[in-house]
Amino acid sequence: MAAPALILFGFFAIVPLFGVAALSLVHWDGLGEISWAGFDNWKAAAADPVSRNALWLTVKLTVLCVLFQAPVSLLLGVFLAGAQRYRALLATLFFLPLLFSSAAVAITFTALLDPNFGAGTALDAEWLSQNWLGDPDLALYVVVFVIGWCFIPFHTLIYQAGTRQIPRELYEASRMDGAGPVAQFFHITLPMLKYTIVTSTTLMTVGSLTYFDLIFVLTGGGPGNATRVLPLDMYLTGFRSYEMGKASVLALVLVVVGLAVSLGLNRITGASRMDSRSEA
Amino acid sequence: MTKQTNDSRPNVLGAIGAWIWLAIIIVPIYYIFVTSLRPQEDYYAENPLSWPSNATLDAYNRVLENDFVRFFLNSVVVTAVSVAVSLAVSLMAAYVVVRSRDWFGRNLFRVALLGIAIPIQAAIIPVYYLIVQLGLYDTLAALILPSIAFAIPLTLLILTNFLREIPESLFESMRMDGATEWRILVRLVVPLSRPALATVGVYQALQVWNGFLFPLVLTQSSSTRVIPLSLWSFQGQFGVDVPAVLAAVVLSVLPMLAAYIVARRQLVSGLTAGIGK
Repeated sequence: MAAPALILFGFFAIVPLFGVAALSLVHWDGLGEISWAGFDNWKAAAADPVSRNALWLTVKLTVLCVLFQAPVSLLLGVFLAGAQRYRALLATLFFLPLLFSSAAVAITFTALLDPNFGAGTALDAEWLSQNWLGDPDLALYVVVFVIGWCFIPFHTLIYQAGTRQIPRELYEASRMDGAGPVAQFFHITLPMLKYTIVTSTTLMTVGSLTYFDLIFVLTGGGPGNATRVLPLDMYLTGFRSYEMGKASVLALVLVVVGLAVSLGLNRITGASRMDSRSEA
Repeated sequence: MTKQTNDSRPNVLGAIGAWIWLAIIIVPIYYIFVTSLRPQEDYYAENPLSWPSNATLDAYNRVLENDFVRFFLNSVVVTAVSVAVSLAVSLMAAYVVVRSRDWFGRNLFRVALLGIAIPIQAAIIPVYYLIVQLGLYDTLAALILPSIAFAIPLTLLILTNFLREIPESLFESMRMDGATEWRILVRLVVPLSRPALATVGVYQALQVWNGFLFPLVLTQSSSTRVIPLSLWSFQGQFGVDVPAVLAAVVLSVLPMLAAYIVARRQLVSGLTAGIGK
């Protein structure tokens, strides 16, 4: 009875995982003959300034994404877990970005951030009318913001669920001791959310390593190579330059970095991912 | 920013933050909607955030005239088949995991847990190779098969956790009556797991409906184009006709909005259950 699931999953998910390692050792243009390459692709990728820049951009994007998303979703999640009467309405509306495809979000922000016809002209705000996506110094920050628009709702949900798990008695006891809201936040809410913070941050980090659709439609990696992060570099190398072997090297780097980060974060904090799953 | 249970003091800072974030969420969505109603010639003249002075559905007509219905149907087929098959095979596998006490059942579950961590991006090149070798390139099956495969780990995980809650005695009494494993699955497991199937089904439908990388790499012609890819190609095709592109965005999100309205609870719990993703 387990056979269909095993066959499908094995063939299209497990086999490719080994396949990508094998393909990193061959020359292949995606259509023609496959020939042995040894470690040529690895050497080529390591020496390629574009790929090295992509790796650096991915690290930068990941750090910026976590710095932006983690505090915002933590504060929103904690707030939404409270007793405000309108918070159910807010929570319903906060969810909406999760319904849109990355392609839809990217298209919307391309139009909205247009320097001539976008939101800048609507609000008559000079600073909003910059060439957001055309300026190599700004584009990466715009990408970080739009990714946050897509994923902060999801992490807010996680924090909201996590905050609801905190026993009320802790707050009541601390109020007896005269603790104010700020003290309660730092001495009860934050420590009690430790595992939630680990889970959410791990997901943000691993997610940031693999963002593709959104950046692909929003900037295509540009202007120049200003937003050509690792997954994008992999796609463009494989399916635009037809160097599948070299692209496989980049894919493997993605997997290894992703696994290392999620194992590392869990090891450092001693938290298990299963804890957070049972919260849901 | 503290939990406000029983606390009468209003959390002013939290409230300000929440309303600011609400504006950040709503303004782009409002913008999509009003722009899709704006006549193309007014797009350059009117304030982008104002209500269109000559609101019209023309942009929607232009989208529908450009094969949008076909892309929509392609997406419906790919999503429906992928979700139905992944639910069916995962439920069968989950039943095996829960029922078997041996090495096989335990390790099947472990493999599934590992599978959740495999990013699609990392597997896409070999998947492309396999699809080409199978002669499936540029067919809807090329999208369906890998979509099923990548949906299985999480679906299996959620269904297994759910089936573990079914009391052992129910299985035993059916077995006493001489029911086969298949009969137990169909008569007992399927009806009982309906809530879990709905939760994970809605979640997976959202993932497949909005998926972009498989269609981008595994299909090519407009006869196999699905919605997210069609948005991207509309952006290139319509170019300056922003109202039409955004009308397509509105049409693309309508089914998911409907699902959200009908099955909000399932979708929210599916997402948080999918934390491992």
